Amino acid sequence: MSLISVFDVIGPNMVGPSSSHTAGAASVSGLARKLFAKEVVRVVFTLYGSFAKTYRGHGTDRALLGGIMGFATDDLRIRDSFAIADARGLRYEFVKNTTETEVHPNTVDIEMESADGSRMTVRGESLGGGKIRIVRLNGVDVEFTGEYSTLVVIQKDKPGVVAHITRCLSEASANIAFMRLFREEKGARAYTIVESDEAIPEDAVRWIRVNPNVEDLMLIQVQEVSNGL
Amino acid sequence: MDFKNGKELLALCEKEHLPISAVMKKREEFLKEMTEDQVDAKMRKALDIMKNSVHESLEKPIRSIGGLIGGEAEKIRRHRREGKAICGEVLSRAIVHSMAVLELNASMGVIVAAPTAGSSGVVPGLLLALQEVYGLTDEEMLSGLYNAGAVGYLLMRNASVAGAEAGCQAEVGSAAAMAASAAVELMGGTPAQCLDAASTALANLMGLVCDPIAGLVESPCQSRNAIGVANALTCAEIALSGVAQLIPFDEMAEAMYRVGKRIPFELRETALGGCAATPTGCARQCGIFK
Repeated sequence: MSLISVFDVIGPNMVGPSSSHTAGAASVSGLARKLFAKEVVRVVFTLYGSFAKTYRGHGTDRALLGGIMGFATDDLRIRDSFAIADARGLRYEFVKNTTETEVHPNTVDIEMESADGSRMTVRGESLGGGKIRIVRLNGVDVEFTGEYSTLVVIQKDKPGVVAHITRCLSEASANIAFMRLFREEKGARAYTIVESDEAIPEDAVRWIRVNPNVEDLMLIQVQEVSNGL
Repeated sequence: MDFKNGKELLALCEKEHLPISAVMKKREEFLKEMTEDQVDAKMRKALDIMKNSVHESLEKPIRSIGGLIGGEAEKIRRHRREGKAICGEVLSRAIVHSMAVLELNASMGVIVAAPTAGSSGVVPGLLLALQEVYGLTDEEMLSGLYNAGAVGYLLMRNASVAGAEAGCQAEVGSAAAMAASAAVELMGGTPAQCLDAASTALANLMGLVCDPIAGLVESPCQSRNAIGVANALTCAEIALSGVAQLIPFDEMAEAMYRVGKRIPFELRETALGGCAATPTGCARQCGIFK
């Protein structure tokens, strides 16, 4: 689905030692942090597969924690993530799950909690070479990479919500690259995920929120700062 | 401007009268809707990190996280500086550079994955050695990186660059193909010669397994990066001499991928075979994961 840029080959710029186990780990939790959009005061990382087996030797734990604090893959503070998190009063825990094997070898569940007690759980996979994707949000299977500007709408599974979303986007002249709908079950909660090459206009986001069937909304704008420039 | 394989890349080079590096840069400008200056600025940043990464661990040798490596590059440099190197100027410098990058990587320093962290010493190792010996400019270095990026993109797209999927041949083999092609362009070769060198580099390391001790990117990864630069330099020399490669790059890439798929699980980054499974490799693993 995603195009390979020259900087996917000559890159990412990263703290070693592993593009999948270190850089990818930092990217997954960095994306989780942006989705949560609140200051994380407590975080539990559940590691699966190869992550669970080799996370210490690859600095996967330090990279995951660094990502939660907003460190980019090439930010040397990743080395000192534990000390920095302790100084900030961020509580963290790493749990190994070696029983569930029906997952991608480099999978992590990130359970975040803010000061006001709100929570979010994100499951991410590190696919190799620093590429990642998010595959579960609060227990619902989804799929997106964060390489594009991404809008996640949490809505009631009712008629007309998707039409409302696309209308808002089109009136704000936003061009949709990919759009998909995921739901828990019929008539329950659904997730619409919209990905765009450009930044998604804030106006459109405000209008989307107005619909009573829209419960919540997350927005990640693509920024070149993540890997360098 | 886009291409899906080596054949299309060479056709584009011929049609536009451009080297591989320029075609790759134009592709990036087109795909990401960026100006040439923006793309160059990003690549210059990668070059800066690469330059730092070949020096940092030489000035301050540091043990790796797993403690399997640290200080090797500095030792080899000292050997060369004492006039004892038997590899010649370019190769002996490239060996030091490539191993220095792996040391930095293994101690959580900042490197540029090219195409992966485990193979991150090969491309900067050879290109920066050529720059030092032949006085190449930074602009030429950027061209080298775009050229290497084109070959790496094709391998990522049509084969694999992941050790866990297709063995070390896909990591260090791919990095060597990238470096060989870049070296050919920098030293005045044609686009066809670039891909010939890349194809030969893949052939030379075909079948190489990924067997890191304790599963860490340390040993034998570090010396594998050194063989990567030696392989790349050899293949560039062959191509620049006008010796053609029998098998086209696209066919070789596919062959590498097919071989990779047949490499057993134990020899694909699981630390269950090869160097990792030797009695010494196992003992070191037990020492690390007490």
